[in-house]
Amino acid sequence: MDLPEYQAKEILAQYGVTVPEGALARSAVEAENRARAITCEKFAVKAQIHAGGRGLAGGVKFAATPSAVRDAAEVLIGMRLVTEQTGPAGEEVDSVWVEAAIDNRRNIYIAFVIDERKGVAQLFGAPEGGVAFEESARADPGMLESLEVPRDGDLSGVDVAGFLDRLGIDGAAAPHGAALIAKLVRAATETDALLVEINPLAILSDGQVVAVDAKMVIDDSALYRHPEFEDIARAAPRDKYERVARENDINFVKMDGDIGVVVNGAGLGLATNDMLIDAGGRPANFMDIRTTATSLQIARGIGVLLEDPAVRAILVNVHGGGMTVCDTVAEAINIAYSRSARKPPIVFRAAGQNASWALKIMKDRRLPFEPHDDISGAVKRVIALAKGAE
Amino acid sequence: MAVLVDEHTRVLVQGMTGRAGTFYTDLAMRYGSTYVAGVRPGKVGTSHLDLPVFDTVRQATEATGANASLVLVPPHKAAEAMIEAIEGGIGLVVCVTERVPVHDMLRVRAALRGSETELVGPNSQGVLAPGLCKIGVMATSNATAGRVGIVSRSASLTSEIVAQTSAAGLGQSTTIGVGGDLIHGIGFRRCLELFKDDPATEGVILIGEIGGSEEEAAADYLASVDYGKPVVALVVGRHAPTQRRMGHAGTLAVLGGGTADAKVRRLQDAGAVIAQNADEVAGLMRQALGDA
Repeated sequence: MDLPEYQAKEILAQYGVTVPEGALARSAVEAENRARAITCEKFAVKAQIHAGGRGLAGGVKFAATPSAVRDAAEVLIGMRLVTEQTGPAGEEVDSVWVEAAIDNRRNIYIAFVIDERKGVAQLFGAPEGGVAFEESARADPGMLESLEVPRDGDLSGVDVAGFLDRLGIDGAAAPHGAALIAKLVRAATETDALLVEINPLAILSDGQVVAVDAKMVIDDSALYRHPEFEDIARAAPRDKYERVARENDINFVKMDGDIGVVVNGAGLGLATNDMLIDAGGRPANFMDIRTTATSLQIARGIGVLLEDPAVRAILVNVHGGGMTVCDTVAEAINIAYSRSARKPPIVFRAAGQNASWALKIMKDRRLPFEPHDDISGAVKRVIALAKGAE
Repeated sequence: MAVLVDEHTRVLVQGMTGRAGTFYTDLAMRYGSTYVAGVRPGKVGTSHLDLPVFDTVRQATEATGANASLVLVPPHKAAEAMIEAIEGGIGLVVCVTERVPVHDMLRVRAALRGSETELVGPNSQGVLAPGLCKIGVMATSNATAGRVGIVSRSASLTSEIVAQTSAAGLGQSTTIGVGGDLIHGIGFRRCLELFKDDPATEGVILIGEIGGSEEEAAADYLASVDYGKPVVALVVGRHAPTQRRMGHAGTLAVLGGGTADAKVRRLQDAGAVIAQNADEVAGLMRQALGDA
């Protein structure tokens, strides 16, 4: 689960990390009022979306007065912000974070990351953070400094000092930096974070360190032990289709094509969409029915596709394994079609466990389907149907 | 022969008395695998599916000579179960549990260091040596004993390729699901090493996907040895919608999870035969083995 800036900062602040004084606003007037309550010489007005790259995309504006804050918020709220990380459709901005702009002395990049190659948590840092960090780190990965986090989170003072020194956090800033690292590791560990990124971390002239921007990703699998995130988790999927799917144990990503795709398992789903697109088709979605989903839950996922007016045909590709068997999916299709006024044609390919049983269900319930034995043939046919073939 | 398991594999099940544990233990025993014990704290002295139940892994191994464990417990108990098995000296631990928290897996990985245990999973469909041993939850209806090793991150795609290789008359020596999670036990590289030394395995099918760095590690390994057996690789997700990335995502982008195209290139450069889609995998393996 991705947390936008303001939530990440709230959590970090609870762990004692210094963040600029700020507040969330959902309208321009509210932004102005928020600004009046903050004492500072310059304000930053920052679009709150679930993706980074805002600075370069015009999602962060500076203002000298509360009324200028209102003007900036007026521009930002309601706009679709397209950044390197949102995809071409962008994301609509429904709120802004108003905060005291920090007159940075220096900008550092620092992050807590799960390093899958080593199977450990690591701290990463770079002496130059800010909006251009990603590009410069890609060009020169050697600029990244790292420090492995021991299992008990108990970093040695010498190791931390060396790491900070390599980042150029020295002198008066060194003790503040060491304290920040302890807080960062504790926050990440206790919230089951997969990523905590502070960029930039400002080093002020008196040595204080301030998290000017922060992002967090919380492990969805660990949400059961974090009731404090329940509200955020419920609101997290931004798209109503993705929300329905999430509630029904289906992984679902909306795409802009005309072929609905029903597949069990992420790998088979990716493979099916690859073949569909290679053959000139346009999937309306990526779907992965989780092994724990029931036929009723799967039916709700398929219902989402039937509601989508762009979907002209449905490709079903299921391989019954030890957990999801083919007849469960056939039952789900039947339930979804019996509830829907739209009944687009189905190209049905079932293999593995209970495949023939599934086929019998499809026939007995008189669903509008054509059976196929191999994926390539099914893909070809569903593309033709979506283009209007009889 | 096979890898990780053989006819001497004696399996205990952590979580056997639960609903899933009962169901999959029963299926595996019907398939002919040797299951010898269950572990369920508080139930020592009872029996389930005609197998003795013990409080701890250590008790179970001492009493029954179990040398492999299937972990089938809920996510919040999975890490403890894996660590208990590792500390109990079990040689092979297979965890099929989904949604094990990543921070828990960091503890499991720390327990693995310096141990003799091979961990498969979590979120794995398991290990199957057709006709010899099944530790996991995969279907066996299309599996046949044979010449090809399969290593995969995806259960559904493994079922597909198992069916294809059986239909093509190749069969499988062993299939291993390494699991799709960020932090897991053995990966592609270790599986390739095992298959290299297995006389029953004449070729290996590697099924990868976008994200992570398993395929890159496998490619580095293949490039560094004279592998001596054909490797056919399928990497899915070439057209997957780009996932939203968080933050400036700098570190992740720099360290990171390669695209399907980058993985394909690396594997191809390392000598693997690349399958363009799921339908052609078995055919390419037949050709590579000179059967076509």
